[in-house]
Amino acid sequence: MAERVLRAWRGDRSGGRFEDYTVEADPGMVVLDLVHRAQAGPAPDLACRWNCKAGKCGSCSMEINGRPRLACMTRVGDFAPDEPIVVQPLKAFPIIRDLVTDVRWNYQQNKRIAPFTPGPAPADGNYRMSQTDVDRVQEFRKCIECFLCQDTCHVIRDHDKKADFVGPRFMIRLASLDMHPLDTVDRIPAVRDSYGSGYCNITRCCTEVCPEHIGITDNAIIPLKERVVSRFYDPIAMAIRAFFGTKSEPGKRPMAAPQTKVP
Amino acid sequence: MGAIDVSEIQTFVHDVVVIGAGGAGLRAAVAAAEEGLDVGVVCKSLLGKAHTVMAEGGAAAALGNADPRDNWKIHFRDTMRGGKFLNQWRMAELHAQQAPDRIRELEAWGAVFDRTADGRINQRNFGGHRYPRLAHVGDRTGLEMIRTLQDKAVHTAGVAVHMECTALRLLLDKGRVAGILAYWRDSGRFVLFKCKAVIMATGGFGRAWRVTSNSWEYTGDGQAMAYEAGAELMDVEFTQFHPTGMVWPPSVAGVLVTEGVRGEGGILTNNRGERFMFNYIPEKFAKETADTVEEGERWLDGDKTARRPPELLTRDVVARAIAAEVAAGRGSPHGGAFLDIASRRPAEVIKKKLPSMYHQFKELAEVDITKEAMEVGPTLHYAMGGIRVDHDTQMTRVPGLFAAGECGAGLHGANRLGGNSLSDLLVFGRLAGLGAASYIATVGDLEVSSDDVVAGIRKATAPLNRESGPNPYVVHDGLRDVMGRHVNIWRTREGLEKGLVEIARLQGVVGTVKAHGTSQFNPAWSEALDLPNLLLCAEMVARGALLREESRGAHSREDFQGERDEWGSRNIVIRKGADGAMETEVLERTAGPDGLAGIANASLEDLEGNRG
Ligand SMILES: Cc1cc2nc3c(=O)[nH]c(=O)nc-3n(C[C@H](O)[C@H](O)[C@H](O)COP(=O)(O)OP(=O)(O)OC[C@H]3O[C@@H](n4cnc5c(N)ncnc54)[C@H](O)[C@@H]3O)c2cc1C
Ligand code: SF4
Ligand code: SF4
Ligand code: FES
Repeated sequence: MAERVLRAWRGDRSGGRFEDYTVEADPGMVVLDLVHRAQAGPAPDLACRWNCKAGKCGSCSMEINGRPRLACMTRVGDFAPDEPIVVQPLKAFPIIRDLVTDVRWNYQQNKRIAPFTPGPAPADGNYRMSQTDVDRVQEFRKCIECFLCQDTCHVIRDHDKKADFVGPRFMIRLASLDMHPLDTVDRIPAVRDSYGSGYCNITRCCTEVCPEHIGITDNAIIPLKERVVSRFYDPIAMAIRAFFGTKSEPGKRPMAAPQTKVP
Repeated sequence: MGAIDVSEIQTFVHDVVVIGAGGAGLRAAVAAAEEGLDVGVVCKSLLGKAHTVMAEGGAAAALGNADPRDNWKIHFRDTMRGGKFLNQWRMAELHAQQAPDRIRELEAWGAVFDRTADGRINQRNFGGHRYPRLAHVGDRTGLEMIRTLQDKAVHTAGVAVHMECTALRLLLDKGRVAGILAYWRDSGRFVLFKCKAVIMATGGFGRAWRVTSNSWEYTGDGQAMAYEAGAELMDVEFTQFHPTGMVWPPSVAGVLVTEGVRGEGGILTNNRGERFMFNYIPEKFAKETADTVEEGERWLDGDKTARRPPELLTRDVVARAIAAEVAAGRGSPHGGAFLDIASRRPAEVIKKKLPSMYHQFKELAEVDITKEAMEVGPTLHYAMGGIRVDHDTQMTRVPGLFAAGECGAGLHGANRLGGNSLSDLLVFGRLAGLGAASYIATVGDLEVSSDDVVAGIRKATAPLNRESGPNPYVVHDGLRDVMGRHVNIWRTREGLEKGLVEIARLQGVVGTVKAHGTSQFNPAWSEALDLPNLLLCAEMVARGALLREESRGAHSREDFQGERDEWGSRNIVIRKGADGAMETEVLERTAGPDGLAGIANASLEDLEGNRG
């Protein structure tokens, strides 16, 4: 057993500061264990979210020694023995208290994305989709909504373009709908106009922090951007559309106007 | 605290309030809203983080996609046999019949299950299920389910979600449900919900034990609120110990290792390398279980004439077997058994079918499961018992109070089969929503009593206002010790009696705890508020376990080994007595309706291929 220093940011919207807590660390412990030890001892009211403690729910997101991470999947042993473990709240979202931030904006983004809308089911009630056709969609659906990617993306974090860009998490949500073999809604115009795909300049920072190792940039955002480009800027596609009407995507229909943007 | 003006408290009015946003709560909310009701969903955590998100292996439904011999009758039979015939007949029937439609409906709402070769929903093997029956997505089925239901709910007109809001108590008007008192976790402010019906979907109470797969939310709040309001609880002595939790490192002890590992062919061995499960096959299952390693291997290779290997026996059997091997000195270095998938399947298959297990072990235990065996041991996992409900409407005996999901009772009897919970949530969540809708149509105006509200607020703020008192975390730790010592996998009269004395002592202490800090997002305060609920559930488990003088399913008495016939026809019911003390009643079960009893006792040959 060894003693570790947990340096935790304490405060609320009006301000705060770091406090050091010295806690016992057993072998194999993760940073969330240190937070729990501090709560059971010197800092009973230290605010922190968690649920599964196994990297499955995406609740325990925070910045640990400067990097957005899941506290339940970050091992204490990964840091040098004399290095303090510094924990602070996600920077991109308003602070509620200590390590807890107000992430409601993310939920509002989901609400304004047109939901999955399949075509009619076959007579026996069983839709057919091959595994290879759903592999990519399943990759995106691994997302645990930890919002670490949202926290990392400079468009949201540094430029606060929350009103204009839904962020990487919801770009993969859009991609998962767009690539779903059964879905019938065309969201491509909205991807550009309403969800702000143009704001992403492919820095790949989001992909780097994703605990689910989802290929956010390469597998979701770039293909979506390509769809937007071929729809709106590709002269041949535009000519075909001018000639045959707007419905250039077989099987997809334009989606209803997105709900008003949330400030 | 000064006078409290109830009219100043923030108030929402809904037709129905659903407490809990797991699979059961969200499915109930969608059902009620689709009936035209205004629905409020209240949950302790953020939306999408409820326990359901952690489910791994799959959802059981006799779709017959992976093996066409399967049908609802065999699912029903498996469920009754797994539950040692203490399940409520009608609930097991409804569940087996309706689960396939509920799964197909999820697909229509956007869930993307793994596929069969011909493009339908694939199904995997699981303990106690005769055929591959679990619709799944790798080993993250719960995530798929909760995300699908979450998206469906937020896009269904009439559903409003109030997240990070904890319900404290039910408010009644002349015995009928009229609302709830709750508080916002971020500000600590109180909030009132006025409604005509409440659906409890709050999950289990595993936090009473130290080694558990359950999250901080599992403190039995729903069971306690229902009990206090006059509802009955049933079968609470049956607490499921899942055989395979992680045992090392200590900080992750209890974290679940999905049964899917065994479903995909994983085997259990002791420190002598023996596949010990062959020594623990109960007589009842002997006919349907492989008795040689060779036959088990043929089953794994897809031979349909081979019987299932004993690693896939029901959870109670496997958990006791591991505990017995460890007790006999044949355990793994950290006190468990070895679970080996590495030597059974190629690395790519393991990573594709069990990706989160692969990550979990790699990142938390530095074990590569494609190369080495895992170490596993029993972990407290699931509450079979809970709030007693009407089988078709899910209403309790308190008018307007409904329950569904893990906090309810009846479907699983003495032992739940893996995969039967996720399907339970869908089937009975929906029925609860429909039940609430038809009940509400009959109810007039209701009032909530200001006195009840004020009393609830004073009680809740007491731990903050006290000058000093014991630390709630320490009291919680004390409870875990008591449960680990006296109300664990093996139970005795002496131990349970001691346990009850200790629980009563802690119930005294919990009224004096001090939560330091303010009311804003204060975990010490929520711990202080949840603890009485947890202690109440602990008391119910111990009382039920003391009464049941036999070993059946998940309940094992060292001093009463084996099933006793007289107890095979009894359920134990618990309620709050007129004098305020806990009251237990032993209920004689009615014989199953002829048709259902016939199915439960039929031979497999009679049922196979019968898709009626
Ligand atoms: C690790 C793990 C793996 C599992 N794998 C499987 C599997 O493969 N297959 C299977 O069938 N089952 C599985 N189970 C069991 C299954 O996941 C659960 O039984 C099921 O998800 C419970 O769902 P629920 O809707 O009843 O409650 P939950 O999903 O737990 O939701 C409870 C809700 O109630 C809320 N709540 C609680 N108290 C309050 C309060 N006082 N006020 C407001 N809200 C409150 C919580 O915030 C939460 O939203 C697994 C369980 C675990 C732990
Ligand atoms: S790749 Fe795009 S979405 Fe991802 S962090 Fe960079 S700008 Fe943001
Ligand atoms: S995409 Fe990855 S980082 Fe972003 S919210 Fe989902 S799991 Fe988290
Ligand atoms: S607690 Fe669930 S991801 Fe960390």
